[in-house]
Amino acid sequence: MSIFPPAQRIWWKEPIERSEILWVTIALVWCLVLFFMMPYWHLYGDQNLANEAYKIKPEVFAERTEAMAEKYTVREEGDTGIPVVHPPAGSDIYMLARLWEWWPVLELEKNQSYRLHLSSLDWQHGFSLLPENINIQVHPDYEMVITITPNKSGEFTVVCNEFCGIGHHTMTGKIHVVDK
Amino acid sequence: MSSSADFRICPDTGFKIHLPADKLIKWNAVTAVVFLLIGGLFGIGVAMTRWPAVHLLPADMFYMALTAHGFDVLLVWCIFFEIAILYFASSILLGCRLATPKLAWLGYWLMLIGAVITNIAVLRGDSSVMFTSYVPMMAAPDFYLGIILFAVGALVGCFVFFGTLVIAKREKTYEGSVPLVTFGATVAAIIAVFTIATGAVILIPTMLWSMGAIAHIDTVMYKVVWWAMGHSSQQINVAAHIAVWYALAAILFGAKPLSEKVSRTAFLLYILFLQLASAHHLLVEPGLSSEYKVFNTSYALYLAVLGSMIHGLTVPGAVEAAQRKKGYTKGMFEWLRKAPWGNPAFSGFALSIVLFGFLGGISGVMMGTEQLNIIIHNTIYVPGHFHATVVTGTTLAFMALAYWLVPVLWQKELVLPGLAKWQPYLFGIGMGLAATFMMGAGTLGVPRRHWDINFADAAIGYDFSGAAHLMMGLNGVAALMGGIGGAIFILNMVGTILWGKPKTKAAEAEPAPVAPVGGAATVSSYGNAGTLAVPGTFTLAMVFLVAFILYFFVNWKYLAGVWPIS
Repeated sequence: MSIFPPAQRIWWKEPIERSEILWVTIALVWCLVLFFMMPYWHLYGDQNLANEAYKIKPEVFAERTEAMAEKYTVREEGDTGIPVVHPPAGSDIYMLARLWEWWPVLELEKNQSYRLHLSSLDWQHGFSLLPENINIQVHPDYEMVITITPNKSGEFTVVCNEFCGIGHHTMTGKIHVVDK
Repeated sequence: MSSSADFRICPDTGFKIHLPADKLIKWNAVTAVVFLLIGGLFGIGVAMTRWPAVHLLPADMFYMALTAHGFDVLLVWCIFFEIAILYFASSILLGCRLATPKLAWLGYWLMLIGAVITNIAVLRGDSSVMFTSYVPMMAAPDFYLGIILFAVGALVGCFVFFGTLVIAKREKTYEGSVPLVTFGATVAAIIAVFTIATGAVILIPTMLWSMGAIAHIDTVMYKVVWWAMGHSSQQINVAAHIAVWYALAAILFGAKPLSEKVSRTAFLLYILFLQLASAHHLLVEPGLSSEYKVFNTSYALYLAVLGSMIHGLTVPGAVEAAQRKKGYTKGMFEWLRKAPWGNPAFSGFALSIVLFGFLGGISGVMMGTEQLNIIIHNTIYVPGHFHATVVTGTTLAFMALAYWLVPVLWQKELVLPGLAKWQPYLFGIGMGLAATFMMGAGTLGVPRRHWDINFADAAIGYDFSGAAHLMMGLNGVAALMGGIGGAIFILNMVGTILWGKPKTKAAEAEPAPVAPVGGAATVSSYGNAGTLAVPGTFTLAMVFLVAFILYFFVNWKYLAGVWPIS
């Protein structure tokens, strides 16, 4: 019994029952499959994070984001007049996180690739693109760069899914994807 | 040195119980249950707020309740009960005096005072930083201080456990190797030492930062170290509740492990391959390479997952072998049909194994996969997963043990035996459904730790689908069902301890057989004498494997459907 010392003192020499050996073998093979799916997807899958990241000061990131917005703003949107930015396809685009908004609104072209830079000006935030359900953690002092290729047109909402204080639920943003 | 006057003989089990250990086990277990009640009430508040149609608490109260809920149940309830298990698995199972009872009391008080300090800090309203307290969001210094004191107390408890093992060995209170349950508890205690040391490395500087003595804490570094505590602390739970599974299989069925070697190796895999598992929580963070993430979540082979899959076969397999030996040999599943489903210690144990494996295990591996994490990170899928592991796995297993342990230690009858029969089903199925609905809502993108998915007063709104709202509502209903189950458990335990009738007759179970002495056994007599083939368990294990494979690849298919990212 498991609550008593093993009945066989030399328990490590006991043979193992067949179904147990079989299960351990099957489980081991499955664990290898679980592992190999990750490198496999890096080679053949389309959804991988590039792991390109830089240390950056919040004010520098804000400057770059504002520079992009100044250059490519096409209109304003909503009650708050948040700028809608339509950067050229293939370019570096920026979205900053701060209490409590994602800024600015981006307008992207379908099936074009963009280098999206994400960083926070204050606390940690969670970039959650809905309804796609792509989720990236956003840190202050770190700039993460991922290449995205929107392959569906429509309106996408960015919500914050890392707790960031009392206004957390009001922290939203938008990405429009338009047909060219 | 203790004399025989410090011991009593348990009339039910024949165990020699060291009186100071007896008292410590009782106090740690009772304190655990009190915090389960407090944390559980906060949990109900959280679930009722996340039910969109009810939306019970205002935002500030919600985040406060959520912080307190995480701390009180994930940490305080689990660790207090685990300290009780450690003392049980060392002092009682080895028939040995507990090492340094005075230090054990010091550990107890440190834990209790720490838990109270942190609760006060949270309820004051200035430390609603969530259980994870990610920097640069800052709590008051006493929030961290309470956790540190609690952890130091738990560390003292671990060393009392180790000391007891040493004494038992030296005073030869047992022969051969320690029982498997004690071995599992040792694994839990070793992981706990690593966990607490890591916690000190990150929480002490964070407290100093909160006091103004340190200017800056790097946010990514914080998470790397914090999760080496946070993730490992859940491995304490896993190792402890699997030890409890083996204990219950032995207590309820007289089950022997199919093979000591396999079960002990599976426990060892936890020590060797879970320790630095913080990478699971950092799969979509900036500044870490894919090589780091892939290697550190899997160690190239998922050997810790292998450990759990082995226990998943060997625990029910041990029960099947014991039942078959008693003559329940008809067909594949007579052993299971004829199991004591009306005994809460058994039904809790059985549900704990099934729900932990199917809901918690499969979802955990899925979301711990580097790329798949992109579609679930920080969604409510994550709490769905860990409610399946910590609530329907750990908590349910501890409840099942309590149904046996409390009447035995206190020598009292359960006060509400009729309700107790239903309790594991209410609690297990209720919380299992809650976990499932959270996971379902998470696949639709519903965020975790979020006060209002209707985005009231947000400049830009978002309409979650009807299905997402429905699942958050059903989560509320299921959490209420689980909450009623939890309340019945607490009522039963507290009632039994305070007003239970003294036991008049010995338990119906046959007295535990005296531990056989292995010294005389020759090598030629080995051969897994107690082990029969276990076709039923093997079939169930294959069902589990098929579910695992299907679910894993379905999620790759979901991932393949989202925007290409590189």
